[in-house]
Amino acid sequence: MTEVSPARPDRPADVSTPAPRLPLGWIKRDHLIYLASVAGLIVLWHVIATTFFKPQFFPPPLVVLATGREMLESGELMEHVNISLQRILAGFLIGSAIAAPVGLLMGYIPIVRAIFDPYVQFFRFVPSLAWLTPVVIWFGIGETPKILIIVYTTIFIVLINTMVGVSHIAPNKLRAAACLGAGPIQAFLFVTLPAALPFILTGMRLAMGNSFATVISAEMIAADSGLGYLIFNSRLWMATDKIFIGIVCLGALGLTADRFFRYLIVRFAHQYGPIE
Amino acid sequence: MIEELLVARDVSYQYTARRGVEPVSVLRRFSVSLTEGEFFCLLGPSGCGKTTVLNLMAGFLEPAGGTLTLAGRPIRGPGVDRTVVFQGDDALFNWLRTIDNVAFGLRMQGMSKERRHAVAREYLHLVHLDGQENKYPGELSGGMKQRVQIARVLASDPKMLLMDEPFGALDAQTRGRMQSELVEIWRKTGKTIVFITHDITEAVLLADRVGVMTKGPESRLGAIIPVDLPRPRRRSTPGFGEMWEHINALIENEEAAGHD
Ligand SMILES: Nc1ncnc2c1ncn2[C@@H]1O[C@H](COP(=O)(O)OP(=O)(O)OP(=O)(O)O)[C@@H](O)[C@H]1O
Ligand SMILES: [Mg+2]
Repeated sequence: MTEVSPARPDRPADVSTPAPRLPLGWIKRDHLIYLASVAGLIVLWHVIATTFFKPQFFPPPLVVLATGREMLESGELMEHVNISLQRILAGFLIGSAIAAPVGLLMGYIPIVRAIFDPYVQFFRFVPSLAWLTPVVIWFGIGETPKILIIVYTTIFIVLINTMVGVSHIAPNKLRAAACLGAGPIQAFLFVTLPAALPFILTGMRLAMGNSFATVISAEMIAADSGLGYLIFNSRLWMATDKIFIGIVCLGALGLTADRFFRYLIVRFAHQYGPIE
Repeated sequence: MIEELLVARDVSYQYTARRGVEPVSVLRRFSVSLTEGEFFCLLGPSGCGKTTVLNLMAGFLEPAGGTLTLAGRPIRGPGVDRTVVFQGDDALFNWLRTIDNVAFGLRMQGMSKERRHAVAREYLHLVHLDGQENKYPGELSGGMKQRVQIARVLASDPKMLLMDEPFGALDAQTRGRMQSELVEIWRKTGKTIVFITHDITEAVLLADRVGVMTKGPESRLGAIIPVDLPRPRRRSTPGFGEMWEHINALIENEEAAGHD
Protein backbone atom coordinates (compact mmCIF):
# COMPACT_ATOMS: atom_id res chain seq x y z
CA MET A 1 0.00 0.00 0.00
CA THR A 2 2.64 2.46 1.03
CA GLU A 3 5.24 0.65 -1.00
CA VAL A 4 6.81 2.70 -3.76
CA SER A 5 8.76 0.28 -5.86
CA PRO A 6 10.15 0.84 -9.32
CA ALA A 7 8.00 -0.48 -12.12
CA ARG A 8 7.89 -4.25 -11.95
CA PRO A 9 7.52 -6.48 -14.98
CA ASP A 10 4.25 -7.89 -13.68
CA ARG A 11 2.80 -4.42 -13.46
CA PRO A 12 3.64 -2.78 -16.75
CA ALA A 13 0.98 -0.12 -16.16
CA ASP A 14 3.31 1.57 -13.70
CA VAL A 15 5.53 2.68 -16.52
CA SER A 16 2.97 4.84 -18.25
CA THR A 17 0.63 5.85 -15.43
CA PRO A 18 2.45 7.02 -12.34
CA ALA A 19 1.05 5.45 -9.18
CA PRO A 20 -1.08 7.86 -7.17
CA ARG A 21 1.10 9.36 -4.46
CA LEU A 22 -0.16 8.47 -1.04
CA PRO A 23 0.42 10.91 1.77
CA LEU A 24 3.67 9.82 3.42
CA GLY A 25 4.20 7.68 0.36
CA TRP A 26 7.95 7.79 0.91
CA ILE A 27 7.64 5.48 3.89
CA LYS A 28 8.83 2.05 2.84
CA ARG A 29 7.75 -1.23 4.34
CA ASP A 30 11.12 -1.58 6.03
CA HIS A 31 10.57 1.71 7.82
CA LEU A 32 7.26 0.50 9.15
CA ILE A 33 8.78 -2.69 10.46
CA TYR A 34 11.50 -0.63 12.09
CA LEU A 35 8.96 1.62 13.80
CA ALA A 36 6.86 -1.33 14.89
CA SER A 37 9.91 -2.98 16.36
CA VAL A 38 10.83 0.14 18.35
CA ALA A 39 7.25 0.52 19.55
CA GLY A 40 7.26 -3.15 20.56
CA LEU A 41 10.34 -2.65 22.70
CA ILE A 42 8.78 0.33 24.47
CA VAL A 43 5.61 -1.62 25.18
CA LEU A 44 7.66 -4.54 26.48
CA TRP A 45 9.63 -2.14 28.67
CA HIS A 46 6.39 -0.75 30.06
CA VAL A 47 4.89 -4.15 30.77
CA ILE A 48 7.99 -5.55 32.48
CA ALA A 49 8.63 -2.39 34.49
CA THR A 50 5.05 -2.07 35.77
CA THR A 51 4.45 -5.78 36.43
CA PHE A 52 7.64 -6.90 38.10
CA PHE A 53 9.34 -3.86 39.61
CA LYS A 54 8.79 -0.85 41.80
CA PRO A 55 9.01 2.32 39.71
CA GLN A 56 12.14 3.50 41.56
CA PHE A 57 13.93 0.27 40.58
CA PHE A 58 12.82 0.12 36.97
CA PRO A 59 11.04 3.27 35.80
CA PRO A 60 8.45 2.72 33.06
CA PRO A 61 8.80 4.68 29.82
CA LEU A 62 6.29 7.39 30.72
CA VAL A 63 8.12 8.23 33.94
CA VAL A 64 11.40 8.42 32.05
CA LEU A 65 9.76 10.61 29.45
CA ALA A 66 8.50 13.01 32.13
CA THR A 67 11.94 13.19 33.75
CA GLY A 68 13.46 13.72 30.35
CA ARG A 69 11.18 16.67 29.66
CA GLU A 70 12.03 18.21 33.02
CA MET A 71 15.74 17.85 32.36
CA LEU A 72 15.35 19.31 28.89
CA GLU A 73 13.46 22.32 30.20
CA SER A 74 16.01 22.99 32.91
CA GLY A 75 18.79 22.71 30.33
CA GLU A 76 20.46 19.98 32.38
CA LEU A 77 20.15 17.31 29.68
CA MET A 78 21.58 19.31 26.81
CA GLU A 79 24.51 20.32 28.95
CA HIS A 80 25.39 16.68 29.56
CA VAL A 81 24.78 15.72 25.95
CA ASN A 82 26.89 18.56 24.58
CA ILE A 83 29.88 17.94 26.78
CA SER A 84 29.81 14.21 26.08
CA LEU A 85 29.54 14.74 22.35
CA GLN A 86 32.47 17.12 22.44
CA ARG A 87 34.61 14.60 24.28
CA ILE A 88 33.58 11.79 21.94
CA LEU A 89 34.26 13.85 18.85
CA ALA A 90 37.64 15.12 20.05
CA GLY A 91 38.78 11.67 21.16
CA PHE A 92 37.47 9.96 18.07
CA LEU A 93 39.03 12.43 15.66
CA ILE A 94 42.41 12.58 17.40
CA GLY A 95 42.49 8.79 17.71
CA SER A 96 41.64 8.27 14.06
CA ALA A 97 44.14 10.90 12.94
CA ILE A 98 46.89 9.03 14.76
CA ALA A 99 45.80 5.49 13.97
CA ALA A 100 45.11 5.72 10.23
CA PRO A 101 48.58 6.95 9.16
CA VAL A 102 50.37 4.68 11.63
CA GLY A 103 48.27 1.72 10.51
CA LEU A 104 48.98 2.48 6.85
CA LEU A 105 52.70 2.72 7.46
CA MET A 106 52.67 -0.42 9.59
CA GLY A 107 50.93 -2.26 6.81
CA TYR A 108 53.20 -0.89 4.09
CA ILE A 109 56.67 -0.85 5.67
CA PRO A 110 57.77 -4.03 7.46
CA ILE A 111 60.22 -2.20 9.73
CA VAL A 112 57.51 0.13 10.99
CA ARG A 113 55.31 -2.86 11.66
CA ALA A 114 58.10 -4.64 13.51
CA ILE A 115 58.57 -1.59 15.71
CA PHE A 116 54.95 -0.94 16.61
CA ASP A 117 53.43 -4.39 16.50
CA PRO A 118 54.44 -5.46 20.04
CA TYR A 119 52.80 -2.36 21.53
CA VAL A 120 49.66 -2.80 19.52
CA GLN A 121 49.35 -6.49 20.28
CA PHE A 122 49.93 -5.89 23.98
CA PHE A 123 47.89 -2.78 24.71
CA ARG A 124 44.87 -3.66 22.66
CA PHE A 125 44.03 -6.21 25.34
CA VAL A 126 44.21 -3.62 28.10
CA PRO A 127 40.81 -1.93 28.33
CA SER A 128 40.68 1.81 28.75
CA LEU A 129 39.05 1.43 32.16
CA ALA A 130 42.32 0.02 33.49
CA TRP A 131 43.99 3.34 32.73
CA LEU A 132 41.53 5.54 34.60
CA THR A 133 43.54 6.01 37.76
CA PRO A 134 46.99 6.49 36.23
CA VAL A 135 45.59 8.88 33.64
CA VAL A 136 44.00 11.03 36.34
CA ILE A 137 47.20 11.00 38.37
CA TRP A 138 49.20 12.10 35.34
CA PHE A 139 46.84 14.58 33.73
CA GLY A 140 44.63 15.84 36.52
CA ILE A 141 40.88 16.09 36.28
CA GLY A 142 40.44 18.44 33.32
CA GLU A 143 39.23 17.45 29.86
CA THR A 144 42.54 15.82 28.90
CA PRO A 145 42.15 12.47 30.70
CA LYS A 146 38.61 11.96 29.43
CA ILE A 147 39.58 12.65 25.85
CA LEU A 148 42.69 10.50 26.19
CA ILE A 149 40.63 7.52 27.25
CA ILE A 150 38.53 7.82 24.10
CA VAL A 151 41.62 8.38 21.94
CA TYR A 152 43.08 5.21 23.42
CA THR A 153 40.04 3.10 22.54
CA THR A 154 39.76 4.59 19.06
CA ILE A 155 43.40 4.05 18.16
CA PHE A 156 43.40 0.27 18.35
CA ILE A 157 40.19 -0.23 16.44
CA VAL A 158 41.15 2.09 13.60
CA LEU A 159 44.74 0.90 13.53
CA ILE A 160 43.96 -2.79 13.29
CA ASN A 161 41.30 -2.23 10.63
CA THR A 162 43.70 -0.10 8.62
CA MET A 163 46.39 -2.79 8.76
CA VAL A 164 43.88 -5.40 7.64
CA GLY A 165 42.97 -3.07 4.77
CA VAL A 166 46.57 -2.76 3.64
CA SER A 167 47.13 -6.51 3.83
CA HIS A 168 44.02 -7.11 1.72
CA ILE A 169 45.26 -5.15 -1.27
CA ALA A 170 45.56 -7.49 -4.24
CA PRO A 171 49.29 -7.86 -5.04
CA ASN A 172 48.41 -7.38 -8.72
CA LYS A 173 47.30 -3.81 -8.00
CA LEU A 174 50.68 -2.89 -6.57
CA ARG A 175 52.40 -4.76 -9.39
CA ALA A 176 50.32 -2.93 -11.97
CA ALA A 177 51.21 0.39 -10.36
CA ALA A 178 54.89 -0.55 -10.34
CA CYS A 179 55.02 -1.40 -14.02
CA LEU A 180 53.03 1.73 -14.85
CA GLY A 181 55.85 3.73 -13.33
CA ALA A 182 54.76 4.32 -9.73
CA GLY A 183 57.62 4.48 -7.25
CA PRO A 184 57.14 3.35 -3.65
CA ILE A 185 55.76 6.71 -2.48
CA GLN A 186 53.39 7.03 -5.42
CA ALA A 187 52.23 3.45 -4.96
CA PHE A 188 51.54 4.26 -1.31
CA LEU A 189 49.60 7.44 -2.09
CA PHE A 190 47.76 6.28 -5.19
CA VAL A 191 47.17 2.60 -4.45
CA THR A 192 47.67 1.63 -0.82
CA LEU A 193 45.84 4.61 0.63
CA PRO A 194 42.73 4.51 -1.56
CA ALA A 195 42.57 0.72 -1.49
CA ALA A 196 42.68 0.71 2.31
CA LEU A 197 40.23 3.58 2.67
CA PRO A 198 37.05 1.48 3.01
CA PHE A 199 38.74 -0.44 5.84
CA ILE A 200 39.87 2.78 7.52
CA LEU A 201 36.35 4.19 7.31
CA THR A 202 34.85 0.96 8.62
CA GLY A 203 37.34 1.04 11.50
CA MET A 204 36.37 4.64 12.21
CA ARG A 205 32.75 3.72 12.18
CA LEU A 206 33.31 0.93 14.70
CA ALA A 207 35.47 3.23 16.80
CA MET A 208 32.77 5.88 16.78
CA GLY A 209 30.32 3.38 18.24
CA ASN A 210 32.90 2.36 20.82
CA SER A 211 33.50 5.98 21.77
CA PHE A 212 29.91 6.19 22.94
CA ALA A 213 30.47 3.22 25.18
CA THR A 214 33.80 4.52 26.40
CA VAL A 215 32.53 7.98 27.32
CA ILE A 216 30.96 6.37 30.40
CA SER A 217 34.29 5.23 31.75
CA ALA A 218 35.95 8.45 30.63
CA GLU A 219 33.42 10.45 32.60
CA MET A 220 33.76 8.29 35.64
CA ILE A 221 37.04 10.17 36.13
CA ALA A 222 36.09 12.92 38.49
CA ALA A 223 33.78 14.50 36.00
CA ASP A 224 30.92 16.77 36.96
CA SER A 225 29.21 16.73 33.61
CA GLY A 226 28.44 14.48 30.65
CA LEU A 227 26.13 11.54 30.15
CA GLY A 228 28.58 9.21 31.86
CA TYR A 229 28.56 11.45 34.90
CA LEU A 230 24.76 11.60 34.79
CA ILE A 231 24.49 7.82 34.76
CA PHE A 232 27.21 7.19 37.28
CA ASN A 233 26.20 9.94 39.68
CA SER A 234 22.48 9.19 39.63
CA ARG A 235 23.11 5.84 41.29
CA LEU A 236 24.04 7.72 44.47
CA TRP A 237 20.42 8.69 45.11
CA MET A 238 18.78 5.89 43.18
CA ALA A 239 17.58 8.20 40.42
CA THR A 240 16.99 5.31 38.05
CA ASP A 241 14.85 7.49 35.79
CA LYS A 242 17.88 9.73 35.15
CA ILE A 243 20.03 6.68 34.53
CA PHE A 244 17.56 5.58 31.89
CA ILE A 245 17.61 9.02 30.31
CA GLY A 246 21.38 8.67 30.05
CA ILE A 247 21.07 5.20 28.55
CA VAL A 248 18.47 6.23 26.01
CA CYS A 249 20.48 9.30 25.01
CA LEU A 250 23.68 7.30 24.54
CA GLY A 251 21.92 4.75 22.37
CA ALA A 252 20.06 7.31 20.32
CA LEU A 253 23.07 9.56 19.81
CA GLY A 254 25.29 6.62 18.95
CA LEU A 255 22.78 5.35 16.45
CA THR A 256 22.36 8.78 14.87
CA ALA A 257 26.11 9.30 14.65
CA ASP A 258 26.54 5.89 13.07
CA ARG A 259 23.82 6.52 10.48
CA PHE A 260 25.34 9.89 9.72
CA PHE A 261 28.81 8.40 9.30
CA ARG A 262 27.44 5.69 7.08
CA TYR A 263 25.66 8.30 4.99
CA LEU A 264 28.93 10.19 4.55
CA ILE A 265 30.70 7.00 3.46
CA VAL A 266 28.02 6.10 0.93
CA ARG A 267 27.80 9.68 -0.30
CA PHE A 268 31.48 10.47 -0.67
CA ALA A 269 33.41 7.21 -0.73
CA HIS A 270 31.13 4.71 -2.47
CA GLN A 271 33.61 4.13 -5.27
CA TYR A 272 36.31 2.98 -2.87
CA GLY A 273 34.50 -0.24 -2.19
CA PRO A 274 31.39 -1.78 -0.80
CA ILE A 275 30.41 -0.66 2.68
CA GLU A 276 28.57 -3.34 4.66
CA MET B 1 68.49 -5.35 -37.25
CA ILE B 2 67.11 -8.18 -35.21
CA GLU B 3 68.32 -8.28 -31.64
CA GLU B 4 67.80 -10.46 -28.64
CA LEU B 5 65.71 -8.40 -26.28
CA LEU B 6 64.73 -10.63 -23.40
CA VAL B 7 66.71 -13.74 -22.59
CA ALA B 8 65.86 -16.30 -19.93
CA ARG B 9 68.64 -18.81 -19.34
CA ASP B 10 68.09 -21.93 -17.23
CA VAL B 11 65.64 -20.16 -15.01
CA SER B 12 64.25 -22.09 -12.07
CA TYR B 13 61.63 -20.98 -9.64
CA GLN B 14 59.94 -22.44 -6.62
CA TYR B 15 57.16 -21.20 -4.42
CA THR B 16 58.15 -21.49 -0.81
CA ALA B 17 54.78 -22.57 0.42
CA ARG B 18 53.31 -22.62 3.90
CA ARG B 19 55.18 -24.20 6.75
CA GLY B 20 54.91 -27.97 6.70
CA VAL B 21 54.28 -28.03 2.95
CA GLU B 22 57.03 -28.99 0.56
CA PRO B 23 58.07 -26.12 -1.71
CA VAL B 24 56.87 -26.64 -5.29
CA SER B 25 59.48 -26.43 -7.98
CA VAL B 26 57.43 -24.77 -10.72
CA LEU B 27 60.11 -24.02 -13.29
CA ARG B 28 63.36 -25.83 -13.96
CA ARG B 29 65.85 -24.93 -16.66
CA PHE B 30 63.38 -22.69 -18.41
CA SER B 31 65.10 -20.96 -21.32
CA VAL B 32 63.84 -18.69 -24.03
CA SER B 33 65.23 -15.88 -26.10
CA LEU B 34 62.89 -13.21 -27.43
CA THR B 35 63.91 -11.03 -30.31
CA GLU B 36 63.01 -7.40 -30.46
CA GLY B 37 59.65 -6.73 -32.06
CA GLU B 38 58.45 -10.31 -32.13
CA PHE B 39 55.05 -11.63 -31.16
CA PHE B 40 55.65 -14.60 -28.89
CA CYS B 41 52.83 -16.82 -27.67
CA LEU B 42 53.25 -19.02 -24.66
CA LEU B 43 51.07 -22.12 -24.57
CA GLY B 44 50.84 -24.69 -21.84
CA PRO B 45 48.48 -26.66 -19.67
CA SER B 46 46.80 -24.92 -16.74
CA GLY B 47 49.04 -24.62 -13.71
CA CYS B 48 52.28 -25.31 -15.56
CA GLY B 49 53.79 -21.94 -14.68
CA LYS B 50 52.94 -19.51 -17.49
CA THR B 51 51.93 -16.71 -15.13
CA THR B 52 55.06 -17.40 -13.12
CA VAL B 53 57.21 -16.95 -16.24
CA LEU B 54 55.47 -13.65 -16.94
CA ASN B 55 55.96 -12.46 -13.37
CA LEU B 56 59.66 -13.27 -13.65
CA MET B 57 59.94 -11.36 -16.93
CA ALA B 58 58.05 -8.43 -15.41
CA GLY B 59 60.44 -8.43 -12.47
CA PHE B 60 57.80 -9.15 -9.84
CA LEU B 61 59.57 -12.37 -8.88
CA GLU B 62 63.25 -13.24 -8.68
CA PRO B 63 64.46 -16.52 -10.15
CA ALA B 64 65.85 -19.09 -7.74
CA GLY B 65 68.43 -20.01 -10.33
CA GLY B 66 69.48 -18.97 -13.82
CA THR B 67 69.40 -15.49 -15.31
CA LEU B 68 66.91 -13.16 -16.95
CA THR B 69 68.27 -10.29 -18.96
CA LEU B 70 66.68 -7.44 -20.85
CA ALA B 71 68.83 -5.99 -23.61
CA GLY B 72 71.81 -7.61 -21.97
CA ARG B 73 71.14 -6.28 -18.46
CA PRO B 74 69.81 -8.45 -15.65
CA ILE B 75 66.17 -7.76 -14.81
CA ARG B 76 65.91 -6.20 -11.38
CA GLY B 77 62.37 -5.36 -10.46
CA PRO B 78 59.55 -4.04 -12.59
CA GLY B 79 60.02 -1.29 -15.15
CA VAL B 80 57.91 0.95 -17.35
CA ASP B 81 59.46 -0.69 -20.40
CA ARG B 82 57.48 -3.90 -19.64
CA THR B 83 53.85 -3.53 -18.69
CA VAL B 84 51.57 -6.38 -17.81
CA VAL B 85 47.99 -7.24 -18.64
CA PHE B 86 47.10 -9.39 -15.66
CA GLN B 87 45.06 -12.55 -15.62
CA GLY B 88 41.87 -11.84 -13.70
CA ASP B 89 40.39 -8.50 -12.82
CA ASP B 90 41.96 -7.61 -9.48
CA ALA B 91 44.62 -5.43 -11.07
CA LEU B 92 42.32 -2.53 -11.93
CA PHE B 93 42.05 0.34 -9.46
CA ASN B 94 38.43 0.01 -8.44
CA TRP B 95 38.28 3.48 -6.86
CA LEU B 96 39.20 5.15 -10.14
CA ARG B 97 36.92 5.73 -13.08
CA THR B 98 37.75 3.85 -16.27
CA ILE B 99 39.44 6.87 -17.79
CA ASP B 100 41.66 7.40 -14.75
CA ASN B 101 42.59 3.74 -14.74
CA VAL B 102 43.77 4.08 -18.32
CA ALA B 103 45.52 7.38 -17.56
CA PHE B 104 47.28 6.07 -14.45
CA GLY B 105 50.65 5.49 -16.11
CA LEU B 106 50.54 8.93 -17.72
CA ARG B 107 49.74 10.47 -14.36
CA MET B 108 52.82 8.80 -12.93
CA GLN B 109 54.81 10.48 -15.69
CA GLY B 110 53.43 13.82 -14.54
CA MET B 111 51.26 14.52 -17.57
CA SER B 112 48.53 17.12 -17.05
CA LYS B 113 45.02 15.89 -16.43
CA GLU B 114 43.67 17.32 -19.64
CA ARG B 115 46.34 15.74 -21.80
CA ARG B 116 46.30 12.36 -20.16
CA HIS B 117 42.52 12.19 -20.41
CA ALA B 118 42.75 12.99 -24.10
CA VAL B 119 45.25 10.17 -24.61
CA ALA B 120 43.22 7.80 -22.45
CA ARG B 121 40.12 8.54 -24.52
CA GLU B 122 41.96 7.53 -27.68
CA TYR B 123 42.89 4.18 -26.20
CA LEU B 124 39.41 3.62 -24.83
CA HIS B 125 38.18 4.20 -28.33
CA LEU B 126 40.69 1.68 -29.63
CA VAL B 127 39.34 -1.02 -27.35
CA HIS B 128 35.75 -0.02 -28.13
CA LEU B 129 34.91 1.40 -24.75
CA ASP B 130 33.71 4.81 -25.87
CA GLY B 131 31.17 6.20 -23.47
CA GLN B 132 32.41 4.11 -20.54
CA GLU B 133 34.99 6.62 -19.31
CA ASN B 134 33.12 7.59 -16.17
CA LYS B 135 32.19 4.15 -14.97
CA TYR B 136 34.01 2.43 -12.14
CA PRO B 137 35.51 -1.04 -12.76
CA GLY B 138 32.85 -2.56 -10.51
CA GLU B 139 30.26 -1.43 -13.04
CA LEU B 140 31.93 -3.15 -16.02
CA SER B 141 31.63 -6.69 -17.31
CA GLY B 142 34.58 -9.08 -17.19
CA GLY B 143 35.42 -8.54 -20.85
CA MET B 144 35.15 -4.78 -20.51
CA LYS B 145 37.52 -4.82 -17.54
CA GLN B 146 40.01 -6.80 -19.58
CA ARG B 147 39.81 -4.19 -22.32
CA VAL B 148 40.39 -1.42 -19.76
CA GLN B 149 43.56 -3.25 -18.74
CA ILE B 150 44.68 -3.45 -22.35
CA ALA B 151 44.00 0.26 -22.91
CA ARG B 152 45.87 1.01 -19.70
CA VAL B 153 49.08 -0.72 -20.75
CA LEU B 154 48.92 0.65 -24.29
CA ALA B 155 48.46 4.20 -23.02
CA SER B 156 51.76 4.11 -21.15
CA ASP B 157 53.48 3.01 -24.38
CA PRO B 158 55.92 0.36 -23.14
CA LYS B 159 58.50 -1.39 -25.24
CA MET B 160 57.21 -4.78 -24.24
CA LEU B 161 53.73 -6.02 -23.52
CA LEU B 162 53.36 -8.99 -21.21
CA MET B 163 49.83 -10.28 -21.61
CA ASP B 164 48.37 -13.03 -19.46
CA GLU B 165 45.38 -14.56 -21.25
CA PRO B 166 44.05 -11.11 -22.04
CA PHE B 167 41.18 -12.32 -24.21
CA GLY B 168 40.17 -15.30 -22.12
CA ALA B 169 37.03 -13.61 -20.79
CA LEU B 170 35.78 -12.20 -24.07
CA ASP B 171 33.01 -13.48 -26.31
CA ALA B 172 34.11 -14.94 -29.65
CA GLN B 173 33.23 -11.81 -31.62
CA THR B 174 34.95 -9.31 -29.36
CA ARG B 175 37.87 -11.65 -29.05
CA GLY B 176 38.25 -11.84 -32.83
CA ARG B 177 38.13 -8.07 -33.12
CA MET B 178 40.60 -7.58 -30.27
CA GLN B 179 42.96 -10.08 -31.86
CA SER B 180 43.06 -8.14 -35.13
CA GLU B 181 43.31 -4.90 -33.21
CA LEU B 182 46.28 -6.17 -31.24
CA VAL B 183 48.07 -7.41 -34.36
CA GLU B 184 47.45 -4.00 -35.93
CA ILE B 185 48.88 -2.19 -32.89
CA TRP B 186 51.84 -4.52 -32.83
CA ARG B 187 52.47 -3.98 -36.54
CA LYS B 188 52.30 -0.21 -36.19
CA THR B 189 54.31 0.19 -33.01
CA GLY B 190 56.84 -2.61 -33.28
CA LYS B 191 56.36 -3.61 -29.68
CA THR B 192 57.59 -6.93 -28.41
CA ILE B 193 54.71 -9.00 -27.13
CA VAL B 194 54.62 -12.03 -24.87
CA PHE B 195 51.13 -13.40 -24.99
CA ILE B 196 49.89 -16.26 -22.81
CA THR B 197 46.98 -18.29 -24.06
CA HIS B 198 45.31 -21.67 -23.74
CA ASP B 199 43.93 -21.44 -27.20
CA ILE B 200 45.97 -22.95 -30.05
CA THR B 201 43.91 -21.14 -32.67
CA GLU B 202 44.63 -17.82 -30.99
CA ALA B 203 48.34 -18.61 -30.87
CA VAL B 204 48.45 -19.50 -34.56
CA LEU B 205 46.52 -16.36 -35.48
CA LEU B 206 48.81 -14.05 -33.56
CA ALA B 207 52.28 -15.43 -33.08
CA ASP B 208 55.59 -15.21 -34.88
CA ARG B 209 56.64 -18.07 -32.66
CA VAL B 210 54.76 -20.30 -30.30
CA GLY B 211 56.47 -21.67 -27.20
CA VAL B 212 54.92 -24.77 -25.67
CA MET B 213 55.62 -25.34 -22.01
CA THR B 214 55.82 -28.83 -20.56
CA LYS B 215 53.46 -29.98 -17.87
CA GLY B 216 54.45 -28.91 -14.37
CA PRO B 217 55.97 -29.26 -11.91
CA GLU B 218 59.50 -28.48 -13.10
CA SER B 219 58.13 -27.09 -16.31
CA ARG B 220 60.32 -25.74 -19.09
CA LEU B 221 59.90 -24.71 -22.68
CA GLY B 222 59.35 -28.01 -24.49
CA ALA B 223 59.30 -26.71 -28.03
CA ILE B 224 59.34 -23.51 -30.03
CA ILE B 225 57.41 -23.50 -33.28
CA PRO B 226 57.89 -20.66 -35.76
CA VAL B 227 54.59 -19.73 -37.38
CA ASP B 228 55.54 -18.46 -40.80
CA LEU B 229 52.07 -17.98 -42.20
CA PRO B 230 51.42 -14.75 -44.11
CA ARG B 231 49.58 -11.92 -42.32
CA PRO B 232 46.86 -10.88 -41.94
CA ARG B 233 45.86 -14.38 -40.93
CA ARG B 234 42.50 -15.99 -40.85
CA ARG B 235 41.46 -19.48 -39.98
CA SER B 236 41.15 -20.10 -43.70
CA THR B 237 44.72 -19.00 -44.43
CA PRO B 238 46.49 -21.86 -46.27
CA GLY B 239 48.60 -23.83 -43.84
CA PHE B 240 46.60 -22.70 -40.79
CA GLY B 241 45.03 -26.08 -40.16
CA GLU B 242 48.35 -27.93 -40.52
CA MET B 243 50.03 -25.56 -38.10
CA TRP B 244 47.19 -26.06 -35.63
CA GLU B 245 47.50 -29.84 -35.92
CA HIS B 246 51.25 -29.68 -35.54
CA ILE B 247 51.08 -27.71 -32.29
CA ASN B 248 48.19 -29.78 -31.00
CA ALA B 249 50.16 -32.97 -31.63
CA LEU B 250 53.13 -31.54 -29.71
CA ILE B 251 50.92 -30.75 -26.74
CA GLU B 252 49.27 -34.16 -26.83
CA ASN B 253 52.66 -35.88 -27.02
CA GLU B 254 53.79 -33.81 -24.09
CA GLU B 255 50.77 -34.88 -22.09
CA ALA B 256 51.28 -38.52 -22.98
CA ALA B 257 54.95 -38.23 -22.02
CA GLY B 258 53.96 -36.66 -18.73
CA HIS B 259 51.94 -39.72 -17.77
CA ASP B 260 54.71 -42.26 -17.58
N1 LIG C 1 51.66 -17.67 -4.74
C1 LIG C 1 51.81 -18.99 -4.91
N2 LIG C 1 52.14 -19.78 -3.88
C2 LIG C 1 52.32 -21.10 -4.04
N3 LIG C 1 52.18 -21.73 -5.20
C3 LIG C 1 51.84 -21.01 -6.28
C4 LIG C 1 51.63 -19.59 -6.19
N4 LIG C 1 51.30 -19.15 -7.42
C5 LIG C 1 51.29 -20.22 -8.23
N5 LIG C 1 51.60 -21.34 -7.55
C6 LIG C 1 51.73 -22.69 -8.12
O1 LIG C 1 52.63 -22.61 -9.19
C7 LIG C 1 52.17 -23.34 -10.31
C8 LIG C 1 52.16 -22.47 -11.53
O2 LIG C 1 51.26 -21.42 -11.37
P1 LIG C 1 50.95 -20.38 -12.53
O3 LIG C 1 49.98 -19.41 -12.01
O4 LIG C 1 52.23 -19.83 -13.04
O5 LIG C 1 50.27 -21.32 -13.63
P2 LIG C 1 49.65 -20.95 -15.06
O6 LIG C 1 50.38 -21.74 -16.07
O7 LIG C 1 49.61 -19.48 -15.23
O8 LIG C 1 48.19 -21.53 -14.92
P3 LIG C 1 46.83 -20.99 -15.61
O9 LIG C 1 46.90 -21.38 -17.04
O10 LIG C 1 45.76 -21.77 -14.90
O11 LIG C 1 46.75 -19.54 -15.40
C9 LIG C 1 50.81 -23.89 -9.94
O12 LIG C 1 50.94 -25.24 -9.69
C10 LIG C 1 50.41 -23.16 -8.69
O13 LIG C 1 49.79 -24.04 -7.81
MG1 LIG D 1 48.11 -18.10 -15.30
